[in-house]
Amino acid sequence: MKAEALLSPRPEGLYCAPGDFYVDPVRPVERALITHGHSDHARSGHQAVLATRQTLDIMRIRYGEDFCSQEQAADLREMIDVNGVTVTFHPAGHVLGSAQIAIEKDGMRIVVSGDYKRSVDPTCEPFEPVPCDVFITEATFGLPVFHHPDPEAEIGKLLKSLQTFPERSHLVGAYALGKAQRVIALVRRQGYDRPIYIHGALAKLCDYYQSQDVDLGELLPATVEKSARDDYRGAVIVCPPSSFADRWARRFADPISAFASGWMLIRQRARQRGVELPLVISDHVDWPELTDTIRDVSPGEVWVTHGREEALVRWCELEGIPARPLHLVGYEDEGD
Amino acid sequence: MRAFSRLLDRLTLTPQRNAKLRLLVDYFSATPDPDRGYALAALAGTLDIRLVKPALLRELVLERMDETLFRYSYDYVGDLAETISLVWEAPEEGEAYEPRLSEVIEELNGLGRSDVPAHVRALFDRLDTSGRYALIKLATGGLRIGVSARLTKQALALMGDVDVSEIETLWHGLEPPYESLFSWLEGRGDRPELSTPAIFHPVMLAHPATDNDLEKLDPADYLAEWKWDGIRVQLSADGAHRRLYSRSGDDISGSFPDILNAVDFEGVIDGELLIGGTARTNSPTLTFSDLQQRLNRKTVTQKHMTDYPAFIRAYDLLFLKDCDVREEPLEDRRERLSEVIETAARERFDLSPLVKFDSWEQLDSLRKDPHDPVIEGVMMKRRDSAYQAGRVKGPWFKWKREPHIIDAVMMYAQRGHGKRSSYYSDFTFGVWTGEPGAEALVPVGKAYFGFTDAELEILDRFVRNNTVDRFGPVRAVRAEPQSGFVLEVAFEGIARSKRHKSGVAMRFPRISRLRQDKLPMEADRLETLNAMIDDRG
Repeated sequence: MKAEALLSPRPEGLYCAPGDFYVDPVRPVERALITHGHSDHARSGHQAVLATRQTLDIMRIRYGEDFCSQEQAADLREMIDVNGVTVTFHPAGHVLGSAQIAIEKDGMRIVVSGDYKRSVDPTCEPFEPVPCDVFITEATFGLPVFHHPDPEAEIGKLLKSLQTFPERSHLVGAYALGKAQRVIALVRRQGYDRPIYIHGALAKLCDYYQSQDVDLGELLPATVEKSARDDYRGAVIVCPPSSFADRWARRFADPISAFASGWMLIRQRARQRGVELPLVISDHVDWPELTDTIRDVSPGEVWVTHGREEALVRWCELEGIPARPLHLVGYEDEGD
Repeated sequence: MRAFSRLLDRLTLTPQRNAKLRLLVDYFSATPDPDRGYALAALAGTLDIRLVKPALLRELVLERMDETLFRYSYDYVGDLAETISLVWEAPEEGEAYEPRLSEVIEELNGLGRSDVPAHVRALFDRLDTSGRYALIKLATGGLRIGVSARLTKQALALMGDVDVSEIETLWHGLEPPYESLFSWLEGRGDRPELSTPAIFHPVMLAHPATDNDLEKLDPADYLAEWKWDGIRVQLSADGAHRRLYSRSGDDISGSFPDILNAVDFEGVIDGELLIGGTARTNSPTLTFSDLQQRLNRKTVTQKHMTDYPAFIRAYDLLFLKDCDVREEPLEDRRERLSEVIETAARERFDLSPLVKFDSWEQLDSLRKDPHDPVIEGVMMKRRDSAYQAGRVKGPWFKWKREPHIIDAVMMYAQRGHGKRSSYYSDFTFGVWTGEPGAEALVPVGKAYFGFTDAELEILDRFVRNNTVDRFGPVRAVRAEPQSGFVLEVAFEGIARSKRHKSGVAMRFPRISRLRQDKLPMEADRLETLNAMIDDRG
């Protein structure tokens, strides 16, 4: 079977015609396979959803009980038949519950990797290379400039700043699903055992992570209106990045704004957002991880979903690997 | 090198002065000699390694990288130094240890031109991303991270718990890596002895005069001079060793060869650096914006010196030859100064004239209506005052002209930093221009202080409720003839500017009042501002 006959891009998303399903569709469809819980990949309103148990739980937390009509949980590495097509979920190392989806029929195997990373993350299962004919990858950080540093060293910067400025609140912006919990877990791994304050928008997902045995230590709400400013002196407060600009941020004593994101590698990005302490911590692969992954998987062909596809396609060309961009729309480039 | 490159990364993104000081003190306290001394030199601009041109950097990176991929990368990042620091990949083999800052600097200093590429390549391989970025900044000249030489001296003063004037006094007699200075600041060694002549001496500063001050003072005890709108300088001459310093001790000799070459006396004088002709040549004094044409220039052309001739209007004498006269009364110092100036080059030096007055009221009316547009007020100095470093209250006062005031309309707002990071506290304001019926606002300045905390709440609320557009961190606010926010803006001076769309630039603008009682259509017009410039000549 030809790869294009098994899977092809449509406005709704990647469509598997023989199995009659979409992967991470951006519009409501009959049957959706979901790689992970980020809102640009996991949308509400589909009829049937097949995803890992944790991804389904996260969708329920975010969209409510009726996020779809019919759900089916996929165990990792379990072979599932969907209308004669075999699908298998493999860990992607991106956020809790995230998976790559291998789609196979008549000897043709395509892996949709979703979003993935290779660097250390105590909050989810590590990425696992799956041999395949076509490897579909994102290229969010698909430029040779993106060499993300060791996340533990980045957390070290935060801890050092807490020593230098022990009276100032350290506001750490981090996306609510995945990044926030990973930052907290990494801070804990370096022996920081004081309570960490969290913005209300993170509470449910942090609770869920803890219910899944991800140890985040003592978390306290930072949203109580009457709280005394002094409580937050020298404290670590984790919040969604957008809340720096909210009136919410005023309760803190002379805050230092930190932002945990792969984009913080570029100085001008940090400057534009008024970030004083950029923490380059990414939930996506950087350039060396991306290119190493393609070498590890060693696919017959590479398809690139979104991001800086022209550079990755160029690299594949130099390596002699057939590659093409899919120009999928609807996936956020900025969210990391 | 890692501690230094981390410090640079942090300083670049830290807006608050006090936080920068804390980072600097931390670094200087935790870093051993001679690394911290070289870091100090790099930050204060006393290290001059200009070995590497951008073309060389590009060549080095393309040895290992596909040109197309490099172009995509550079297009994305936009800054060559940053792109190269990020894309560089060190070879896998050999976990080379990271060099110390002092090793890097000593290595670069000893290089011949042909050795440069191989050494830079090897250093890149041994450094991390931040380290490479710091190295490129060091080797191409100019860190540009928003830290002034003055701020580094403040940090040293904090570190050693001494007055910053002590650091300024010592500064030009010391050289990188400043080990004797750190040893003294840490209480391990004596204060460094200076052998170099023509060092900088901390200047005497004046207090702003208020009506309360004047009531208690007898006008007969004071001399008055015009306060000229130039920059305060100290000229130090000891034989062939001549230096021109700004009031904070920065060496600006390089920008003013016309003055330094004209020196034919020995001693240290205090005065105002101005552009134009001296009173002794009967030519007019030009404005501060003319002076700006000569400031901060690396090279000075003959044309610059002809179009914008510089001179010093002297008002005090600290040393005559090597004799310290600072303890003498002002009147005696002035007497000696006038003798020095009498025989000095007449195009380059004149004496600041005294203003005759009998009462404060008389001086007040002279102050409000000076005969020359380059005068910005008067100075009053006790006749018997010794020359003391710093701002001592009593002997010297400054009494400025009233600030200019206009009503302007808030156009854009940006969030502040630190305590103000959740407040829109930096405001761009504009005035009306264009034909009646087709008026538009043109931005004329930016201000981020002058208001109280309570007023900031009001301003912030207005911005949040009246945002019409967003550009990254900047919000455009409603600014229409019938709806918007009028700000009363006070400023010290105004000049023509080619860099601004409005064609004018204000000095020291601040928000003096909120005019919620006014409609935007009642704000001032650009013609009013232009007239202010024309009034000043």
